[in-house]
Amino acid sequence: MNKVKALLNWIDERFPLTANWKSHLSEYYAPKNFNFWYFFGSLAMLILVIQIVTGILLTMHYKPDASQAFASVEYIMRDVPWGWLIRYMHSTGASLFFIVIYLHMFRALLYGSYRKPRELLWLFGVLIYLCLMAEAFFGYLLPWGQMSYWGAQVIVNLFGAVPFIGPDLSLWIRGDYVVSDATLSRFFAFHVIAVPLVLLGLVAAHLLALHEVGSNNPDGIEIKKKKDPKTGIPLDGIAFHPYYVVKDIVGVVVFLMVFSAIVFFAPEMGGYFLEYNNFVPADPLNTPLHIAPVWYFTPFYSILRAVPPLFDSQFPGVIAMGLSVMILFLLPWLDRGAVKSIRYRGPIYKGALALFVVAFLILGYLGTEPINLWGQFGSWLSGAERATVAARVFTVIYFLFFLLMPWYTRIDKTKPEPERVTS
Amino acid sequence: MRQLFFAVLLAPLVVFASADELQLDSANIDPHDAISMQRGARVFVNYCLNCHSASAMRYNRLTDLGLTEQQIEENLLFTADRVGEPMTISASRKDQRQWFGIEPPDLSVIARSRGTDWLYTYLRTFYRDEKSPTGWNNLAFPNVGMPHVLWQLQGSQVLKTESEEREGHKVEHKKLALEYPGSLSTLEYDKLTRDLVNFLSYMGEPEKTKRSQIGIVVLFFLLLFLVPAWLLKREYWKDVH
Repeated sequence: MNKVKALLNWIDERFPLTANWKSHLSEYYAPKNFNFWYFFGSLAMLILVIQIVTGILLTMHYKPDASQAFASVEYIMRDVPWGWLIRYMHSTGASLFFIVIYLHMFRALLYGSYRKPRELLWLFGVLIYLCLMAEAFFGYLLPWGQMSYWGAQVIVNLFGAVPFIGPDLSLWIRGDYVVSDATLSRFFAFHVIAVPLVLLGLVAAHLLALHEVGSNNPDGIEIKKKKDPKTGIPLDGIAFHPYYVVKDIVGVVVFLMVFSAIVFFAPEMGGYFLEYNNFVPADPLNTPLHIAPVWYFTPFYSILRAVPPLFDSQFPGVIAMGLSVMILFLLPWLDRGAVKSIRYRGPIYKGALALFVVAFLILGYLGTEPINLWGQFGSWLSGAERATVAARVFTVIYFLFFLLMPWYTRIDKTKPEPERVTS
Repeated sequence: MRQLFFAVLLAPLVVFASADELQLDSANIDPHDAISMQRGARVFVNYCLNCHSASAMRYNRLTDLGLTEQQIEENLLFTADRVGEPMTISASRKDQRQWFGIEPPDLSVIARSRGTDWLYTYLRTFYRDEKSPTGWNNLAFPNVGMPHVLWQLQGSQVLKTESEEREGHKVEHKKLALEYPGSLSTLEYDKLTRDLVNFLSYMGEPEKTKRSQIGIVVLFFLLLFLVPAWLLKREYWKDVH
């Protein structure tokens, strides 16, 4: 035992191992009243690790070459020992990453986790989300199926809608006049090294910011305000290690059960996680009838489709889609509520949040379907597509949730916050 | 070029999903029925694997279906020299484009993109059509480039359109009728296509049955692991008030 201590001393004199262990784990005090919604941060880290490890293994067998990419994925599925498992873990992990991140972000909306002093923590989080979208987009081209190809074609063409420089811009992104081998190679580079590097840096910044200000909690009050006068430890805080480590292990096991159920029994998830059309090799001469992005992009895709073109240009839709994500950055300054947590907010915020969630889900659903989904209205609406009209209504609701927030959070009737956390 | 970009950009906005109202018949395959898949493999190498390749599939993988390498070599190995080779074909892509107007797709993962019900319906709904270049057309795949390769087995069908008045609207029903019977009865032909679809489904994902078997073990392990994880959490959290 003494030898272990001596070794630890030797390290500590050269590297702050014990100090870091204490400040980030054994003496990082988290509120003791975390509920179900607080599992998703650690789960997101777990998925990040799964994606990196399976990704490295896939890279050993995948060929980023337009003439070999599709076949190399099938080679992984058949000839590489356990290749099918690695591939399904990676494809399922991508979708579950978004589910977990959306739940993680929803938690922030529930309990006001983006409010002062956690604005930077939130900004890092939104940047992580943006990186994740880029990572998913670049990665989706790699299997080189029809949906990979035409999805990338549509998204890159969005940049073509930028006035004046658009066509040059999309040409520059693709490296060719159509999505081609050049595009595949650069997307591969972005997917396996460029974006993951940025992502890891941002995750580190996100955690450092979190441990600087301390975690929020379902009551939305600061546990650092009430400290034990002797020890200086927050009265409502418990050490992350061991308390939340052992709790998160339970969360991890439950998550892995869901993850395994999908990987082993329904890796395609009814065409939502792996689209059926993506089992057809990319064909630049054959445009599929219905191009739908993977489910996690569909709310934003719906917003893009909902905005009518102006002077034959899709640019307004592209702007709206961009803004629908970018507006998340402003959230800490839009919310003027007297309290953080939904527990003490008034009925207006609760209603607005509920409406926002409904709008987000319906936009997501509409994005997976063709716009003629529900047919057309009669002549009184000059035959407008019903689904398009619905998408427009919910797009407006989506934006109003943010734009009206400074006003409705201020007039909302809030309840007084408790002094200490409740269980 | 600019117009093309916008055309592609707008494609999802203007293109309607095909208004194909054809009801697909249920393939009702049994992925554990190795004999059915063996029969399907025989049909596949005899009828399909001349124009269509299955280049992701190796011949010796068919040992999954309970065949020995020797059986595969003697009965099924038509387009390669060794059993370790993939199911490629010798016809050139260029020739095929000339003959059919299109390259016959590789069938390795066709069951995953089309679905088994579609394949089962497609293989059974060919009919004579004098207007088509091959003399054949299909209900599930209108104006398909492929002639009815299995016609000697199924016989030839013709399309009959019946129209009826319903609530003031004319409703058309498309029906296929057997004009000349083939060497198999309708029941036998359905069984043969079911076997073929079963094989195509297996070929789309050879690990499929193994995957769910492993999944049960993994879920069982995680369920067991949940118990100590939960007890550990409960023990530690006794301190928290």
